[in-house]
Amino acid sequence: MNETTTKYQQPNTRGYFGDYGGKFVPEILIPAIKDLEDEYEKAKDDPEFNAQFEQLLDEYVGRPTKLTFANKLTKHYGKAKIYLKREDLCHTGAHKINNAIGQILLAKRMGKTRIIAETGAGQHGVATATACAKFGLECVVYMGAEDMVRQKLNVDRMTLMGAEVRSVESGSKTLKDATNEAIRDWVTNVEDTFYIIGSVVGPHPYPMMVRNFHQVIGKETKKQILEAEGRMPDYLLACVGGGSNAIGFFYPFLEDENIKIIGIEAAGYGVDSGQTAATLTKGTPGILHGSLSYLLQSETGQIELAHSISAGLDYPGVGPEHSYLHDTGRVKYNAVTDQEAMEAVKLLSRKEGIIPALETAHAFAWLEKLMPETTEDEIVIINLSGRGDKDMKTISENL
Amino acid sequence: MNRIIEKFQKKAPEEKLMSLFITAGYPDINSSVELILGFEKNGADIIELGMPFSDPLADGPTIQYSSDVAIENGINIDTIFDIVKETRKTSQIPIILMGYMNPVLHYGVAKFCKNARNAGVDGLILPDIPVDEGGIIEREAEANSLPIIYLVAPNTTDVRMKLADSKSEGFVYCVSVTGVTGARDGDEVSDSVTRFIDRVRQNVINNPVMVGFGIKSYEDAQRIASNADGFIVGSALIDSIRNSYPEKDWKDQVFSFVHSLKFGN
Repeated sequence: MNETTTKYQQPNTRGYFGDYGGKFVPEILIPAIKDLEDEYEKAKDDPEFNAQFEQLLDEYVGRPTKLTFANKLTKHYGKAKIYLKREDLCHTGAHKINNAIGQILLAKRMGKTRIIAETGAGQHGVATATACAKFGLECVVYMGAEDMVRQKLNVDRMTLMGAEVRSVESGSKTLKDATNEAIRDWVTNVEDTFYIIGSVVGPHPYPMMVRNFHQVIGKETKKQILEAEGRMPDYLLACVGGGSNAIGFFYPFLEDENIKIIGIEAAGYGVDSGQTAATLTKGTPGILHGSLSYLLQSETGQIELAHSISAGLDYPGVGPEHSYLHDTGRVKYNAVTDQEAMEAVKLLSRKEGIIPALETAHAFAWLEKLMPETTEDEIVIINLSGRGDKDMKTISENL
Repeated sequence: MNRIIEKFQKKAPEEKLMSLFITAGYPDINSSVELILGFEKNGADIIELGMPFSDPLADGPTIQYSSDVAIENGINIDTIFDIVKETRKTSQIPIILMGYMNPVLHYGVAKFCKNARNAGVDGLILPDIPVDEGGIIEREAEANSLPIIYLVAPNTTDVRMKLADSKSEGFVYCVSVTGVTGARDGDEVSDSVTRFIDRVRQNVINNPVMVGFGIKSYEDAQRIASNADGFIVGSALIDSIRNSYPEKDWKDQVFSFVHSLKFGN
């Protein structure tokens, strides 16, 4: 197989992925971001830090996660072979814990005593609460009031592990507003507080740092598919809200241009319904939560409310690196509706005995469009970013 | 000459200039011009006209509230320019537009700067644009003689204060405490502010220094701004409107509060 590679080096030293990214934050946060940037630069090349991170991923998170051949799903479509990267098998049930552990280690290094986080579906909140319990740090999680109802199980999990979950009543009462509140808390308590952002969003260095903590997903996948098939895959598929599972999965493959990479956004009721979360498909560039990236916004530049059946994708922004990869065309982004995602939940549950998270189901729903284009000698790998237990209430209501 | 600079040049040595922040379109669009003119009559030296944004992450609940109401009222950048133009018919008070970058970016940076200048705007304060990201608007602003006023905070380094000074024109905005905007109890805005402003004074040598965040009375202002050139009040003013609107004499109540902020009675 002839391999085409293009050197991929993003972001630049100012935190820009092409035109996207940057540090659009109040002056008060600049010293904290600078400290974080400096400390992360040191930590990422520190063998001791990396050894500690890897050890925790191994013995606490349960890595490496398996690569599972989905034989019945493959048979169902009768085309390319489908493999599943099993992030649902991570401790706490989703990939989010990789990043939470990485950032907790940094917080400890920096002597911070208090951790804050925002959460949508609750998976990042749970991951952060878990890491805080493990390391004995105070933990406050901001969560939209509406999401607290949708994801009650996760609220209970966080509380059980000693975190304080603060209900956010402003705006749409979802992830966007929880992020505003977390940033306000950070601005107010910047001296002792470390903000663990849960996706590849926010000001530099977060999008880069969160990506790097998740790149273990793609690195393991590369090794595992070589072991299983002796070659690289033809397609990679992942869901994109903020985009952390997708970028962690895609990043180690970006330079190999033979691999077609696809990100799936949440169309909600449909990309043109006015009730969507398909930021790259329907949005335009703008500034939210500290970085320049695609956004869902009104004609006067106000941020619009996103809609998705999946709380984790219900966000009007997207990570700046995805905006860059969208513009360059290296990654193709598409969207599927709430209903299509629900059908995918059912299909995967029945065919493979795996109930995916609603977020993850969006990636699976794209198989309906993708598989007819593939051939039997090709390989598709889907990042199965999380398990669906947390969504059972929503799933039951929509069956 | 720029109206802001002129204002500081005419200031008496012991006088503290008062800059008032009001969200454009709050409590309703029709009142904005009348409020600005009334503020001027009652002691305001500079007006910071807030351009509302749906996600004001450096602001507390008060300004988030007034922003939400103003957006509901249908305010947008063009109606804000109309407010400035209308005010300019009878007043030469310096008007600074203050707001988050996204609506400006969406409007178009070049078009925004040109229309702002033509409307009679004297400067810009953009709380989510630190000096590092100023490149997104500085060239267009300069081309339209529209100064940018940067913010410094208690945790801002000396080097960055000097940078903010060199890039600002009009004044440098000192955020007195770490935190979001909002009126605070007197003790919370502590004596450490004095030390902070002293440090600002050592580093900011080209511009006057205004201090804001947490000021809600004449006494607060005199204490916090003792070694500054003036003070900024925002949330306390919005609270005053919120507490009186829409009573019949709500404007008089608000103007009386403004008068007391500047003159102590």
